[in-house]
Amino acid sequence: MTTSLTFRRGEFAAGAFTILPLLVAVVPFGLLLGTLAAQKGLSPLETALMSATVFAGASQFVAVEIWTTPVAVVLLTATALMVNLRHVLMGAALAPGIRSWPAGATYGGLFFLADEIWAFALKRSAGQPLTPAYYFGLSLPLYLGWISTTTLGAIFGSVLQDPARYGLDFAFTAVFLTLLVSLWKGKRSLYPWLAAALVAVAAHQLLPGVWYIALGGLAGTLAGAFQRPVALQEATDAA
Amino acid sequence: MQLDPLVLAAIAGMALATYFTRFIGYWLVRRTVVTGRLAGALEAVPGAVLTSIIAPMALATGPAETAAAALTVLMAVRLPLIVAVAGGCLAVVVLRAVIG
Repeated sequence: MTTSLTFRRGEFAAGAFTILPLLVAVVPFGLLLGTLAAQKGLSPLETALMSATVFAGASQFVAVEIWTTPVAVVLLTATALMVNLRHVLMGAALAPGIRSWPAGATYGGLFFLADEIWAFALKRSAGQPLTPAYYFGLSLPLYLGWISTTTLGAIFGSVLQDPARYGLDFAFTAVFLTLLVSLWKGKRSLYPWLAAALVAVAAHQLLPGVWYIALGGLAGTLAGAFQRPVALQEATDAA
Repeated sequence: MQLDPLVLAAIAGMALATYFTRFIGYWLVRRTVVTGRLAGALEAVPGAVLTSIIAPMALATGPAETAAAALTVLMAVRLPLIVAVAGGCLAVVVLRAVIG
């Protein structure tokens, strides 16, 4: 009993230790998202609630970007669904690592399936069994850090006037460009990303709303399907 | 601290949509193994979605934004990511003032 408890605490600590450097990196992004949310009129409480229940950085940045008053509930919901469609495939990729978990840990754990958690969890499951304790060790610090930094950003961001003066309207694009650089896998990334970029720009010119995200994403995914097949492990190692 | 009912509805909608995407992929393949073309498609998804989101701003807004995007990428290769983001924002301010 004692040894198994110690073992689990060790697993949790190992997960938390792994996520620590990322947690430091997340602080400015959380502050930035809170700032942008405040610019669009969201209160700190609303921002905190969004971070606590959605917990998906990319879709929150997109939501704040297209946020209007009065609030377009259906558009925001549909956009969150589209931006997060990648999680369908990410969850599928993680399935072998977590299918032996108790149901509560599995369906609770999937709530925290942010890009970074996913990448680290897959990396872990490639070398050894992925335990719920390790997974929650990854998740909880990032979750709490995300809620607190976005809320802080919303509290102090509302004093900032005219974000374009500081290039903050470009910040969202810059954040994603840096994420893309860390996702780059050489030639394997070239055609999917090229297809995504071309279709997204064309759709953005021709169609209203945010269809360009779904269409570009679909084009890139299809391009990926026609690449030379790789072992799933190899594919996810570098993610 | 205000809580607008429409804002609450939007947040609830986003939360449900997000959890659905995180749950359904696991649920669909919990008893099978993903290989071949599906695995290739799966590998491409995160990059394709991120690229689509930023492509119009980075490539079809103006020369200042496109140049700043290129500078951001160059910085992200060498420097800590947050430095690259700050540098990109600074670059867009300077470039808009210089080349519009």
